[in-house]
Amino acid sequence: MTDVNQPPLLSIEHINKRFPGVRALNDVSLTFHSGEVHALLGENGAGKSTLIKVLTGIYAKDSGDITLEGRKVHIKNSQDAQNSGIRTVYQEINLIPTMTVAENLTLLDQPRRFGMIRWRSAHSQAREMLARVGLDIDPNSLLVSHSIAVQQMVAIARALGSKARLLILDEPTASLDSDEIARLFGLMRQLKAQGMAIIFVTHFLDQVYAISDTISVLRNGSHVGTFKTRALSQTELVGHMLGKDLDMLQHEQRDITETEEKPVVLSLSQVGKTGMLKPVDLNLRQGEIVGLAGLLGSGRTELCELAYGAARSDQGSKTWLGQSLPINTPKQAIEQGMAYCPEDRKHRGIIAELSVRENLILALQSSRGWWSRIPMAEQQAVVSEFIERLSIKTSDMEKPIGELSGGNQQKVILARWLVTNPKLLILDEPTRGIDVGAHHDILNIIRELCEEGMSLLVASSEVEEIVAFAHRVVVLRDRGKVSEIVGNQISQKSIIQAIAQ
Amino acid sequence: MLNERYLPVIATLVVFILLYGYGMVEYKGFRDTLVFTNLLTDNAFLIVTAVGMSFVIISGGIDLSVGSMIAFVGVLLAYLITGLGIHPVYAAIIALLTATFFGMMMGVIIAYFEIQPFIVTLAGLFLFRGLAYMINLNSVPIDHELLVILSEIYVPLPGRGGLTFIAMAMLALLVIGVVVAKRTRFGLNVYAVGGDVQSAALMGVPVKSTLVRIYALSGLYSGAAGITFAIYTGSAYPLAAVGVELDAIAAVVIGGTLLTGGVGFVFGAFLGALIQGIIQTLISFDGTLNSWWTKVAIGALLLMFILMQKAIVHFTRRYSGKNPASSEEPAMQKVESTQA
Ligand SMILES: Nc1ncnc2c1ncn2[C@@H]1O[C@H](COP(=O)(O)OP(=O)(O)OP(=O)(O)O)[C@@H](O)[C@H]1O
Ligand SMILES: [Mg+2]
Repeated sequence: MTDVNQPPLLSIEHINKRFPGVRALNDVSLTFHSGEVHALLGENGAGKSTLIKVLTGIYAKDSGDITLEGRKVHIKNSQDAQNSGIRTVYQEINLIPTMTVAENLTLLDQPRRFGMIRWRSAHSQAREMLARVGLDIDPNSLLVSHSIAVQQMVAIARALGSKARLLILDEPTASLDSDEIARLFGLMRQLKAQGMAIIFVTHFLDQVYAISDTISVLRNGSHVGTFKTRALSQTELVGHMLGKDLDMLQHEQRDITETEEKPVVLSLSQVGKTGMLKPVDLNLRQGEIVGLAGLLGSGRTELCELAYGAARSDQGSKTWLGQSLPINTPKQAIEQGMAYCPEDRKHRGIIAELSVRENLILALQSSRGWWSRIPMAEQQAVVSEFIERLSIKTSDMEKPIGELSGGNQQKVILARWLVTNPKLLILDEPTRGIDVGAHHDILNIIRELCEEGMSLLVASSEVEEIVAFAHRVVVLRDRGKVSEIVGNQISQKSIIQAIAQ
Repeated sequence: MLNERYLPVIATLVVFILLYGYGMVEYKGFRDTLVFTNLLTDNAFLIVTAVGMSFVIISGGIDLSVGSMIAFVGVLLAYLITGLGIHPVYAAIIALLTATFFGMMMGVIIAYFEIQPFIVTLAGLFLFRGLAYMINLNSVPIDHELLVILSEIYVPLPGRGGLTFIAMAMLALLVIGVVVAKRTRFGLNVYAVGGDVQSAALMGVPVKSTLVRIYALSGLYSGAAGITFAIYTGSAYPLAAVGVELDAIAAVVIGGTLLTGGVGFVFGAFLGALIQGIIQTLISFDGTLNSWWTKVAIGALLLMFILMQKAIVHFTRRYSGKNPASSEEPAMQKVESTQA
C-alpha cells in the first residue's frame, strides 16, 4: 500500500488548460505514488483525457508544473513521456490499423542488429507481449482483422511491453468482457506490487472499487477532491462526480409492459451465415426492446449485422412487417426504416472534421435524400433539443466533433440515429464510455421512443443494462442462439446462467 | 494463409509475367535476355524515382517535384563538370547533396507548417524546373572520360543481354530501398505515419522528423535518378523528364501501393515501372502502333489496378478480413474453456 511519507512519483501543480470556449483543466493539482492504483473519475467532458494528454505531452499546458521524482520535467511529446517511463493507453485505440499485430507491438522498439530490424526476434517479442495479456493470436495478422476488444488488449499489451514507472489507462475496459477485465486487473495488481504507479480512468464504478487505492474526482475541469477508496461510499462518489446527489446507484427498475399483442416488425427465420453465425430465429415486435447478451465473440455483433444487412446472410429468410423482403444491404434496411449504430465508432461513426451539428444531422439528411436540404433553423432546433436531452457537453454545436470528449462523441452518434425516428433501431454497445448520469438519460430516452412504437435490438456486454430495459433477452454463445428469456424471468442471474451454462 | 497485403504485388507480378509471356510467344526477338536487360537500363531512372516515391506515397503524401528535380540535377551536373571542370564524382556528390537538401526543405515545410504535400511539391515542380533554366537554357552534352568508362561497363548474361552500370546502380538502389522500408525503424515509422498519423503520434513516432526524412529521401532518390538519366542520355537538358513524376506515381500505384497511405511495397514500384516499360517495348515490337498507345495502355492498366485493389479490399473484408471465425478465435476458445 501507499506509504504516505514516501515522496510522490509524479506530482502536478496548478495545471491549467483552455480550449477555445472551454476551460478543460482549471488549476488542477494531484500527486501519484508508486505502488498505487489511482482512479481518475468524472463525468463525460470533465477533463480526464485532457489531463492525461497534458501529462504525456500531447497537449501543451497553459500553465502549471509537472514534477517527476522530485525533478521538474518538461514533457513535449509522447517520446519524452515514454523516455520518462510513462506508458499510456489512450481512450481512442492508438494503434496503426494497416500494420500487423507484431509491427504494432514492436513499433519504435524493434530488436535490431547493426541497425537492421530482426523480425524473427521481433515476432517472438510480440508473442511474449501477447501471452502476457492472454491473447493467442497470430502476430503476423493485420490489426484490423481483429475485433475492437482484441485490439484494445493489443494496445494494453503494447503499453505493458517495456519498463515503465507510470502506467496510464484511459477507459481500457470499455470494450472488454469480464474475463479480460479480470486478467487486466490481475496484471495491474502484479505491476502495482512491483512498484508501478497506475492511473486508471473508467466509468464503471464497481471496477473502481475492485482495483483502485485512491480516487480523484474531476468536475468541469476542476479537481473536486482525492479520497481513499476504502473510505468513500459509492453514493458519495457519485455525488462528487455529478455535483448533486442522484439516487441512481440502485439498479434501474424494471418497469416493462407486455408487448405480446403488438405486430411483428422484423422476423428472422433461420437466418445465418457460414463461419459467422449459426441460423437464428428472432421476432421483434413493435415497441419491443430485445437485448442480445453473450460473451465477447458469441455472435452479438454478427447478429446485428445480419439483421441490418451489413453482412449478407447465406441462410434463412427475413420478414418485414409481415412481408417477405430481401433486406440484404444497409440501403434496403434504411429504406424500410431501420437504423444501425455500430460498435466501432472511431472508424465507422464520427467524421472528426465535421461539426457536432453536421454529424448529428447526417443520418436524418440522408434519409430525406440529399436533394432536399433540411433548413438550417430546423437543423438547429433538432440539434439543440438532442444536445439538451442527452446532456451533450459542447461549447457550441458548430464545434468539430473531434474536439468533444470521448463520451460526448458517443452521445452525438447515438443522437444521429435517434433523430431519424426509425421503426427499428439496432444498437451495438450503445453506452460504452458514457458516464453514470448520461447512461441514465439514454436509457430513459430509449424507453420513451419504444413507448412511441419504435422497436429496438440492443447488443450489450453489460448484463445490468439489458436487465434494465429489455422485454426479451436473446442469449448467444459460440455464434449461435442458446436461449431466450422473456418477461419476468429476465434477471442478471438468469442471463448469466444462460451465458455460462 | 497468404497475407492479404501481398495480393496486389502478386497481381502486379502476374500481369508482368503475362505481358512478358505474350511478348515471348508473339515475337521471336522477345525471347532474348537482351529485352529484359534493356528494360532495366531504359527504365533505370524511372525505377529509381519510383522507389523514392514509394516512401512518400506509403506515408500518405505525394511528391510532384521529382521530374523537375531530375532535369535540375542533370543540368547542374553538366554545369559542374563541363562548366567548372569539377571531377564527375565530386559533381555527383554535390548534386545529390543539393537534391537531398531541397527534398528536406520541402519536408520541413510539409511537417512544420502543416501545408499539404501536393502544394509544397507542386511549388517544387516549378521551382526546380526554373532553376534548371537559370543554369542552362539549352541541351548540353556531358563530356568526361569517366562517363565513357562507365558506359563501357557491361556484365554479360546468357543470351545477348547484359547489365549496364546504370542497371546495376538501379538494382542496388532498389535493394537499399526495400531494406530501408522493411528492416529499419525509419521504414516502419513511414508505414505507421501513412496508416494513421494521429495514432502514430500517440504511439511516440516522431512524425515531423519522419516526414522531413521521407521527402529528403525522395529528393535523394530523384537526384540519383537525375544522375542515372544524365549518364543514360549523355547530356543535360532543362526540359528533360517532364511528367516523370506522374509516371513514377503510376508505377507505385500499379505496384500495389495505396494512395491513401500505409499499404504497399517498394518492390511493387519496380514491377510497376517495368510493366510500363514492357508495354512500350511491346508496342515498339509491333511496329505498326503509334507510341502514344503506350499512354493509353498504361492509363487502362492504372484504372484496372485501382479497380482491382478495390475488389481485393472488398473481397477480403467480406470473406476473410472481417471474418469472425478466424479473427475472434481466442474469444471462442475462452467460451469453450468456461464450459469445460
Ligand atoms: N482537442 C480539443 N479541442 C477543443 N476542445 C477539446 C479538445 N479536447 C477536449 N476538449 C474539450 O475539453 C473538455 C474535456 O474533455 P476530455 O476529453 O478531457 O473529457 P473526459 O473527462 O475525458 O470525458 P469522457 O469521459 O467523455 O472521455 C470537453 O469539454 C471537450 O470538449
Ligand atoms: Mg476521455
